[in-house]
This record gives sequence, C-alpha cells and structure tokens, in this order.
Amino acid sequence: MNQAVTAVTGAGLAAGYGGRPVWSGADFSIQAGSFTAVLGPNGSGKSTLVRLLLGLLPPLAGRLEVLGGPPHRGNPEIGYVAQGAGFDPDFSIRGRDFVGLGVDGHRWGLPLRGNGAAVDEALRSVGAEAYADRALGRLSGGEQQRLLLAHALVGEPRLLLLDEPLSHLDVRNQATVVELVAEVARRTNLTVLLIAHDVNPLLRYVDQVLYVAQGAVHKGRPEEIITSRSLSRIYQAPVEVLRDSRGRLFVVGLEEEASHPHA
Amino acid sequence: MPEPLFLKIADTTPQLSWNLFDDLAALFHYQFMVHAFEAGTVVALVAGAIGYFVVLRGTAFAAHALSHIGFAGATGAVVLGVSPVFGLLAFTLGAGAAIGALGNRLRGRDVTIGIVLAWTLGLGVLFISLYKGYATEAYALLFGEILGISGIDVAITLAMGVITLLALAAAYRPLLFSSVDEELAGARGVPVTALSIGFMAILAVAVTEAVQVVGVLLIFALIVTPAAIAIRLTSRPRTAILVSALLALAFTWLGLAISYYSPHPVSFFITSLAFATYLLVRVLGRLRPAAAGP
Repeated sequence: MNQAVTAVTGAGLAAGYGGRPVWSGADFSIQAGSFTAVLGPNGSGKSTLVRLLLGLLPPLAGRLEVLGGPPHRGNPEIGYVAQGAGFDPDFSIRGRDFVGLGVDGHRWGLPLRGNGAAVDEALRSVGAEAYADRALGRLSGGEQQRLLLAHALVGEPRLLLLDEPLSHLDVRNQATVVELVAEVARRTNLTVLLIAHDVNPLLRYVDQVLYVAQGAVHKGRPEEIITSRSLSRIYQAPVEVLRDSRGRLFVVGLEEEASHPHA
Repeated sequence: MPEPLFLKIADTTPQLSWNLFDDLAALFHYQFMVHAFEAGTVVALVAGAIGYFVVLRGTAFAAHALSHIGFAGATGAVVLGVSPVFGLLAFTLGAGAAIGALGNRLRGRDVTIGIVLAWTLGLGVLFISLYKGYATEAYALLFGEILGISGIDVAITLAMGVITLLALAAAYRPLLFSSVDEELAGARGVPVTALSIGFMAILAVAVTEAVQVVGVLLIFALIVTPAAIAIRLTSRPRTAILVSALLALAFTWLGLAISYYSPHPVSFFITSLAFATYLLVRVLGRLRPAAAGP
C-alpha cells in the first residue's frame, strides 16, 4: 500500500496549452489524507494543475502520478468540484438527482437500479438532507456548494479536487464549507486539494500550500510560503505579508497581480 | 349557455353536436384524420421528450435554427423532385452535427446561428421560385400540414419516432449529466463532445418529424414550450420528461380536435394551446412563489 503514503507526485512537471507552458519544473508530493491549498494569482495555472490531475490535459513534460498511477480521465477515485459551478435560478433539477449523477451519471441507459442509499449517505455527510428535494436553482450559494460537494463525495473518492469552492460564498459560509471538507476528509482519510484566492479561511486546516505563480509551483507549509521573504522571492518584487490581531494574513504589494487580497 | 363561435361558421366544417361520443366518432370518420392523430401522437411524444433536454442544455435557439436550415433542404428536395422529408433530414442532420461539434463554443453565438439561418431561409425562397410557384408546398413546410399526411408517412414517422426515443433512452444518464454540467461530466469520463453531436443528430430527426405537424416556423410550440412548462411544474427529470411529452400530446390532440370543427388551421390551435398553458403556469407560479417543489 504505497499509495497510502503519497497520493500525488509530480516530478519536473510542466503544464500548458498548445505547447506553451503556463508553469514548469514543478516538484511536489502530496501525502494521502492531507489538506493542500493551491494558491496564486488569477491565470497563474491553478486550474491547469487540476486539469492535469483529472487527466483532462496531458503534461507538457515531467512525470505525474495520481493515486499510484498515471492520471486518466474519468478516474472514479477522484471527486471534483469545478470552478464557477453553480446553478441559475431557473435550474429545475433536485439536488438529490444531481448527486445521483455522481453515482451512475456516466453509465449508459436508463437508471434501472436505484442509487438512493449512496445518495442519502452523501447528503447526510454534508448535512444537505433538508433541502435535497428542492430545485437546485432555488437554493442559496452555500446550499448549492454543499450539494456540489455531496456530488463529488458520493462515489467515495480518495482524492478530492475543489476548484475555488469558496469564491462566491460569504465569510460565514466559507468557514462552514471548509470545516465540512476538513471534517469529511479526516473521517474518511481523504486527500484534499483546494484552490482558493484567500488562505485565511483555510489556515486552521491546511497542511501544505502549493503556490502557483510566475511560471512555477512552490511547495511548503503555509507559514513558510506566505511570508514577506518567500513571496518577495517568488515574485522578485517587494511583497509584504501582514498579520492582523486574529492571525489573518494579508499580502501587500501584489495589487497589480490580482484584484483579490489573496495570500 | 352561449353558443361557441365556430358553430356559426357551419358551411364547410363539420357540425359539433352535444353528444360527445358522436363527436369523437366523427373525428375519426375520415382516414386523413386518423393518420393525423397517429402521426401527431408520435411526433408529440418525441418532441416533448427531447424538448426537455433542449431546454436543459439551453439549445432552444439551435433547435429553432435546425428547422429553418431544414427548410432549405426540404425546398431543395422539392426542386429535385424528391420527397421534402429527405432534404429536410439531410440538412438538419448536417447542421445538427456541425452545431453539436461546436458544442460549448456555441454558447452565446446566437448572432452566428441567426446569420446562417437567415441565409438558408433565403436559399429556401430561391428553391421555391425555381419550383415555379407551388406556394402550398412552401406553406405546408413553413406552417405544417398534418391533415395531408399519408399512411406511408405515418409508418415512416413511427419508425423515426421509435429510433429517436430508443436513442434518448440509451443515452439518458450521460446526456442528463452533460446537460447539467458538461465540465463535471467530462471529468467523470462522459464523452461530452460525441454526446453533443449525437444529441443534435437525434434532435435533427425529431425536428424533421415535428415539421410535418407544426411546420418550420412553429417548431417551438412542440419542442420547447411543453418542456419549458414541465420544468416549472417539477424538478424531477424523469417526471418532467413525462409531463413534457404528455403536454405536447394534449396540445396536438386538442388542436386536431378543435380544428376539425373549425375552419382554422391546426397549427394555430396547437401553438395557442401551448402558449396559453405556458402563460397560465407562469402566472400561477408567480402567485405561489413557494411552488416548483419536488
């Protein structure tokens, strides 16, 4: 069971589109059962990393191993919440049906066997039973995010990829969603990769940070990466990390890199 | 009790009696009405079912465009002396495959689709003029001519309808998945581009069938309106598909029955029934904002 140690390994990894690298020379490994935050400015290639792990995009160079093998599309051991996922107010499908698609949505034909038990379990694990029978479009952003999470969890994955699941949530919902993810991950020994703009809601739970910027991927513990010295080196520009009275981190000097006060 | 208006226009249309059974028997007295009901039933069920996915995928305008592009094919076939159904099918299939292959990149390309469909309608007008004048042929294509449908046409419609429904059933789960969220479905291994092309091909066949009933211009009434009503009534996908198909069936049957006792065209009644029901559901939905439950 060597997968029990490392869930993801990248060595000399490069990624990009049409032969043009977005970042390259990435060396990192992600421990099974750990919580990794993927940070960095807009367009730096955070989602590209997720596409690589999902097998939707081949690496330009280097080696990538996911759960003990090369990445391949449709890997049932990966749960995924896509960027900007959410539903229009008119979207008239129940949360329960949406979560059910995570069980057998990729199989051909009509659903002859029920998937109710697995769906109920996933709904319970995210605490979404109360509104699972309502149309998704009528739910709040936080409720939709829980159902997206249930959809990702219903196949009992070993790796969970969350692409900016917090970006459209208010501060309180951000905290509950992160706490929920961390709790489920702890309970089921799930490896989590979460892309975020702001590290602050994650600080209590994150084991390590992959910081994607300036064509490279930097790896380390949050207190190593998000410092004035480390970020100044990454950007080769004077960047300062400030800490407020509650321990929240604020990065100053990157206003031109991104509009968000990300860390 | 006030007399219905259509009883007064009695010369050429059948009389409506107060005996419901006699009226129903009269409806099926003529072979052309039997054929109309048979073909209408198949078309309505197919259009209602596939319409659910059209609305869910947000490809209503593409469906509309398919029928217009089909018009050029149908009129072209008439010029060549072939049955318009073949021209219709060839053009809608070709256009459907192209639209399907473009897939997600087509979102927000209403302008491009509009430009292509305007051109193909123009092409259709040219073909009609080349055919030296049978305006009735063009009229039938544009607005539907279900009362002129032959026994052979019914058999062809039935065969196409069965194929369409079987294809929809076979692709049901991945089609629903990719219609709900193409990104998630693709990551899960669903062949989203192939499905998109396949769906547009199925839609092309369904559109070709529906043109016989409501014509190129009124295709929305059978493919889009019943599904748009259904998703306002239920958020269960399979229930919504059933409701959509049954609504399309009800509009078609009622439209045929009413038109039999009136001098006005079937298409008018089908589209009006669909529109009135849509309006009703929207107004009721506004009065009860907590609706659209399970």
